[in-house]
Amino acid sequence: MAVDTPIPKTKNAAGASATPTPRKVVRPSSIILKITMAVSGILLVLFLYVHMIGNLKIFLGGTDFDHYAHWLRDLGTPLLPHMWYLWIQRGVLTLAVLAHIYTAAVLTIRAKKARPVKYAHRPKVQGSYAARTMRWGGVIVLLFIIFHILDLTTGTVNPVGDHEHPYANVVADFAPDRWYVTLFYALAIVAVGFHLWHGIFSAARTLGQQTEKGQRRAKTIAAVLSAVLVVGYLSVPFSVMVGLVD
Amino acid sequence: MTDNEFWTEGEPVVDKAAPDGPIETRWERRKFAAKLVNPANRRKLTIIVVGTGLAGGSAAATLAEQGYHVKSYCYQDSPRRAHSIAAQGGINAAKNYRNDGDSVYRLFYDTVKGGDFRARESNVYRLAQESVNIIDQAVAQGVPFAREYGGLLDNRSFGGTQVSRTFYARGQTGQQLLIGAYQALERQIGLGNVEMNARHEMLELIIVDGKARGIVVRDMVTGQITTELADAVVLASGGYGNVFFLSTNAKGCNVTASWRAHRKGALFANPCYTQIHPTCIPESGSHQSKLTLMSESLRNDGRVWVPKAQKDTRRPADIPEDERDYYLERIYPSFGNLVPRDIASRAAKNVCDEGRGVGPGGLGVYLDFADAISRLGHKAVEAKYGNLFEMYQRITGEDPYETPMRIYPAVHYTMGGLWVDYDLQSTIPGMFVVGEANFSDHGANRLGASALMQGLADGYFVLPNTINNYLASGPFPKVSQTDEAVVAARKQVEDQIEKFLSIDGDRTVDSFHRELGHIMWEYCGMERTEEGLTKAIGLIRALKEEFWTRVKVPGKGEELNQNLEKAGRVADFIELGELMCIDALHRRESCGGHFRAESQTPDGEALRHDDEFSYAAAWEYFAADGRPTLHKEMLEFEYVHPSTRSYK
Amino acid sequence: MDIQVRVWRQSGPADRGRMVGYDVKDISPDASFLEMIDVLNEKLILDGDDPIAFDHDCREGICGACSMVINGVAHGPEKATTTCQLHMRHFKDGDVIDVEPWRAAAFPVIKDLVVDRSAFDQIIQAGGYISAPTGTAPDAHATPVPKKDADAAFEAATCIGCGACVAACPNGSSMLFTAAKVTHLGLMPQGQPERDSRVIDMLQAQDDAGFGGCTNMGECAEVCPKGIPLSLIGRLNSDYRKAIAKS
Repeated sequence: MAVDTPIPKTKNAAGASATPTPRKVVRPSSIILKITMAVSGILLVLFLYVHMIGNLKIFLGGTDFDHYAHWLRDLGTPLLPHMWYLWIQRGVLTLAVLAHIYTAAVLTIRAKKARPVKYAHRPKVQGSYAARTMRWGGVIVLLFIIFHILDLTTGTVNPVGDHEHPYANVVADFAPDRWYVTLFYALAIVAVGFHLWHGIFSAARTLGQQTEKGQRRAKTIAAVLSAVLVVGYLSVPFSVMVGLVD
Repeated sequence: MTDNEFWTEGEPVVDKAAPDGPIETRWERRKFAAKLVNPANRRKLTIIVVGTGLAGGSAAATLAEQGYHVKSYCYQDSPRRAHSIAAQGGINAAKNYRNDGDSVYRLFYDTVKGGDFRARESNVYRLAQESVNIIDQAVAQGVPFAREYGGLLDNRSFGGTQVSRTFYARGQTGQQLLIGAYQALERQIGLGNVEMNARHEMLELIIVDGKARGIVVRDMVTGQITTELADAVVLASGGYGNVFFLSTNAKGCNVTASWRAHRKGALFANPCYTQIHPTCIPESGSHQSKLTLMSESLRNDGRVWVPKAQKDTRRPADIPEDERDYYLERIYPSFGNLVPRDIASRAAKNVCDEGRGVGPGGLGVYLDFADAISRLGHKAVEAKYGNLFEMYQRITGEDPYETPMRIYPAVHYTMGGLWVDYDLQSTIPGMFVVGEANFSDHGANRLGASALMQGLADGYFVLPNTINNYLASGPFPKVSQTDEAVVAARKQVEDQIEKFLSIDGDRTVDSFHRELGHIMWEYCGMERTEEGLTKAIGLIRALKEEFWTRVKVPGKGEELNQNLEKAGRVADFIELGELMCIDALHRRESCGGHFRAESQTPDGEALRHDDEFSYAAAWEYFAADGRPTLHKEMLEFEYVHPSTRSYK
Repeated sequence: MDIQVRVWRQSGPADRGRMVGYDVKDISPDASFLEMIDVLNEKLILDGDDPIAFDHDCREGICGACSMVINGVAHGPEKATTTCQLHMRHFKDGDVIDVEPWRAAAFPVIKDLVVDRSAFDQIIQAGGYISAPTGTAPDAHATPVPKKDADAAFEAATCIGCGACVAACPNGSSMLFTAAKVTHLGLMPQGQPERDSRVIDMLQAQDDAGFGGCTNMGECAEVCPKGIPLSLIGRLNSDYRKAIAKS
């Protein structure tokens, strides 16, 4: 033995010892978080589509629409007691929303920590408007969901608020003198559209989509699915407002 | 000329490690005769490796795999950035996968001949033998070589050889091989077997009791000077082409590690052997900081010409056919535009010296694809050379499909380096030198696709087998940080840094480097004369004096100080430049990358003098009287008999 | 041409740093961006100022050392071009050009435009290799590799480790870098035995080094000087998911 054996270590360029310290807290990897976000997002998109089809029944008239709403509460009967299916679905959706928000929050915090200093000069390069507004868009959508539940589920802030007659609730909601509600609704739907435009592509990528051709396809599908949702959802308040539905 | 005003001659130097007997089994027998180190003892032995290119990276990884404790150093911020990464063409190996008559012997033969009979047969034969293992090793590491549709490795011919033995990965073979070695190295770092020190520069060698026992390094981030001790030191610090300031080397490439070892007693062999590549993009102005190489394959379809008239500033398209001089086709009718590198380079310099060069400063010749485009079509030319044309356009802003390329020769590789024996050990026991930093395998000229081969052969297969023999004679007595030699080496470094910072002159380091480069290029470049070299030596000595009185190095020692780094390197380049000129002056023959105007055939070809100069010139550092001492290592050719090449 | 550069100056890790403007006169349009900085530095030295520290080495676009964010874009305005290969002819006389270092917590600034990218080496250490100790290799032709796979692996392996992807990513994520290595080695038959552990370990190292997560925005691929495509990140995600499922 000729020289003192140094403790093997790696030195980074700044001279600080970069020996990996054993992790005390096991934290979920960024990809696990993203997969959770993708899966919960896909569940929510599926719900949005089913919800939209239900909404469109408004064009068949009040009786049909109210009948559909009542049927929802009996969905699963007689296997499940009255309202049970609905509560299960609500539970799953709530979990999905919470998982989506939780993973988004953790990833956002990590991203902020990963880029603590901003560029003095920062033009837009590539990221689409949709991709760059995922986080704030998500917050807007969340606020809307809360309002929407208070409005059309519990009826708390709805001018009619009659559980037995959802058609009336909707028509009252988008009455021309309540333009601000309609406006908020429309903005929120557009925000959802933007969110999904990037979100659906991003989910596909996170779940392993990996070809250039597939990337183009995924982006097209995401654009179409988002556009259909926006049109489908906006058609209801628009029709109420212009009197097509009353 | 033996003793004279420029040098003195000392005892010949002999390679004691080289075995004799049949060349085919020399390496086998050397490996068998070499002493081994017990695996349990390896852990207790520390080896310092300076440089992380193909040679250093592969050596550090392999030695660590064998169980040694390795400390690795590089000046870059990551070992992956060593300049091996820029090698484009490929790597030779005598696999004979093409069944076209290749063999270890043929690769050996081609390399000795290509080196113009100034390399050691034993070393070259071993290089050819190990070449096949390199390809196996690289493939096992996942190097994505070019493949054929059947899934087997593709080969191409390179550098005028008649067989296809060059393995390649598009135009980025060096990058892919280096990443392979880098990954192996990172694996060993992760396992704790290699202590990696990026952004650290070796500034001195520590010799204790006649043996290399460590190095003095400067942490380039904090400026801290430390002494690093070990049982053996391996230099893998690359070539010295940047002595010319403009070369295809990376900006950071330097001779400092080798030169400081040379100052401490290691002989420096054949410094004047410089390879100059004919197809580089010319200088565009005084701001030029480096030159970029373009693949020689361009000469397959491009025609080289200059205007017949001097100082013709017309646009190339406006110069009629009969006013153009396709000088390579004119002088070398049988090889034409495909003459070897040195001939093409020299011819370009000659026409530019006549005042017929084109582009800024008249330092360029046209490489014209107009004929190829009309003959093969735009599409076919694009398919063949598209990426090179793109690179040219990115740098020059000119479209080579529309207007001829301008090319000019540039320094590309240095065959000389620290003298090593067959074991790759320098004249300082315990200091080994691998890759471009040593002088061993290429003689006076290196063949295309052989640099990667030599770097990896040294690092993966030769050094890890020969260094055992030295280390087996250990364990060596423990060296303390307070040992006199250690303290002295450290002080030497500290004093030099302080000196640089205290001169506070009125010229920047780069201005000196540029001036040195001009002198070297002018007088010790493609064509050398006794008169020019003598003049250059005087100019360099004056420059050296001026440097040490007028250089301005800003900032402090204890911080990231890129000008301080450069100052140390340029100080060494100035001394090296003088030795190169002396070496070139003493070698009154032309061979490979060294062309003495006094020694040429009546039609201007290089003329060797085997009777007088069939030796490697190993130089001992300047004595107190300012003269270096020449030690000759006589070369014997038992297998490949010296002949003259002709390309007419 | 005459231009003004506003450069991030930071004397050391502890300094807060600031943008400082310099006039650069009479620059040739044929000079590279780094040569323009060289010229400026020569002047600064003679004026007694501290020259600008920046990383650079090969100056031919392959070593990956150069790293400047020019007018907010990593490596500047030209596609598939490193800073060292960017030429002044792409700017106009009178332009004001902002030059900043790579910005990411995992790449702390050492001085001026020089950052510490050793986190990339740590990601490779964690698994970015094939374990093939010297001397253990079978003949190179023992395992044929389909040309398609070899070519695709090569494309991924052209990554120069410059870190522009991280500099451009709003999340400071190194996913494109990691994905390039996972793809390169995962496409080669020699890389299969360690494929699962590789992707898990490299991702762990990436997260530990303080890089952010990917939101598939594509800024990374947009600035990558070697054109590494965004789609490789999908492959990394997929490999990771499968590896976790098996573990």
